[in-house]
Amino acid sequence: MKRREMVQGLLSGGALAALGGCATPTGVPASAKVVVIGAGYGGATAAKYVRLFSEGAVDVVVVEPQAAFVSCPMSNLVVGGLRSLDDITRSYDGLRKRHGVTVVQDAAVSIDLQGKQVMLARGARIRYDKLVLAPGVELMFDAVQGLAQAQAEGRVLQAWKAGPETEALARQVQAMRDGGVFAITIPEAPYRCPPGPYERASVVAAYLKQHKPRSKVLILDANPDVVSKPGLFKKAWADLYPGLVEYRPLHKTAAVDARTMSVKFELSEDVKADVLNVLPPMRAGALAVQAGLANANQRWCQVDYASFASVLARDVHVVGDSILAAPLMPKSAHMANAHAKVAAAAIVAELSGGPIDARPMLTNTCYSFVSESEAIHVASVHEFVAAEQTFKSVPGSGGVSSARSAAEAAYALGWAANIWADTLG
Amino acid sequence: MNLDLVEIAARAARWPWHWTGLVLLCAWGTVAAQPVRTTPTRSLAATCAACHGTDGRAVEGQAMPALAGLARERIAAELRAFREGSRPGTVMPQIVKGYSDPQIDALAAYFAGVPARSTP
Repeated sequence: MKRREMVQGLLSGGALAALGGCATPTGVPASAKVVVIGAGYGGATAAKYVRLFSEGAVDVVVVEPQAAFVSCPMSNLVVGGLRSLDDITRSYDGLRKRHGVTVVQDAAVSIDLQGKQVMLARGARIRYDKLVLAPGVELMFDAVQGLAQAQAEGRVLQAWKAGPETEALARQVQAMRDGGVFAITIPEAPYRCPPGPYERASVVAAYLKQHKPRSKVLILDANPDVVSKPGLFKKAWADLYPGLVEYRPLHKTAAVDARTMSVKFELSEDVKADVLNVLPPMRAGALAVQAGLANANQRWCQVDYASFASVLARDVHVVGDSILAAPLMPKSAHMANAHAKVAAAAIVAELSGGPIDARPMLTNTCYSFVSESEAIHVASVHEFVAAEQTFKSVPGSGGVSSARSAAEAAYALGWAANIWADTLG
Repeated sequence: MNLDLVEIAARAARWPWHWTGLVLLCAWGTVAAQPVRTTPTRSLAATCAACHGTDGRAVEGQAMPALAGLARERIAAELRAFREGSRPGTVMPQIVKGYSDPQIDALAAYFAGVPARSTP
């Protein structure tokens, strides 16, 4: 099919939908070629790139409950008192005004896979030809006894989805007595943002070293070793925070008690702390689980990596942290942004009857601050290997920083500015 | 190829559906069928965008350079210098080792063909 015909073919559907006045009384479109659930790094990027790759010929509706985008990357700087929540918050106006995406502020509550429609909390329904499902992760509070109640009381926070809770955790750290203990517990991998807990421990340590030097940071890790950049993190803790940061592997959290501010582990002795940051195990966002698409161990969504289509629903493309990741593919913002571009290209190709890219590529870079002024990174490149139907790290590519540096801190901030613009602008 | 015309037409195509947009879009259909805009190359270029900006138009004032509008030979030479180690770096020497020579040439051609400044 020639490109001109393709564009006109795509256009007729979109034009008919709009000209037919198929909008519900609430102003929510009744249908769209592409509906995106969730406007985090994965969903927002998918929406923007479907518009870009189709040169505006495919209409896109995004359903997102939050009024604005709040970045998880850089949110540890808020916990460490180095940035405000405003600094890591961005508007969805770029998607709307520059890219013509319809952003509906509402929550998707269910998906009718057979009828190809999404039901929203306020009662609207949107039919789709293609659905992008990017619900992020759900924290499995029930996996840690007592955690749901401790969380509801505001005593034991997670702040693993950036927002008001990020500020609340920062306030807990700032209110802690000098000589107190900040303890962070880490679930078994895979979880969202492999280096995130270690970065958080580092920037909290930087804050405490300066303001409350008799305090302690305890890292209680269910894993056998630091999951990401272990050598660089451990060297930073030894060099910068001797006696302040203590790392304990193989500490799998079983229960928390908000009354005594203590954590119980499966095998080790209880730990008491002044500020407890308990990260429970995670799985695909609740909507993916509820729709039956989290078919891998009831936790993650298995996808066809060539297009990120669910193996259970060909017209539902799952991107970001919700997927069952290919080997060495982290659950990161950068990776979600990369998934979304492959999915967007495949969606536009399939809607126009063309072939999908035979050899998509993904890149990833995760920066982590280890102090207020220095950062480290891990980078990787992944190519789709058709014979194995999976992404593999390209041999010889990727790696970690040779050493922490101020230059990498500048790159980390530049990365944030650019990926926010690439995702939303 | 008049890339400015492509930009204008592409922006018009992003407007809500009405007949003005339709006419411009049909005009665009003939203009944009250039190799530099084919989806596989554009998808490959999109792997650079998280750090270097959409279509290589980086956010100004940050550490990462913009790639849009740079000379094709310069982009290709710098990527190869990172790969071979003659140009030091942090992330780039590790990333560029994931790309083949034809991919490097395709990226260089793509970014060289994008106007440096975004349309206002």
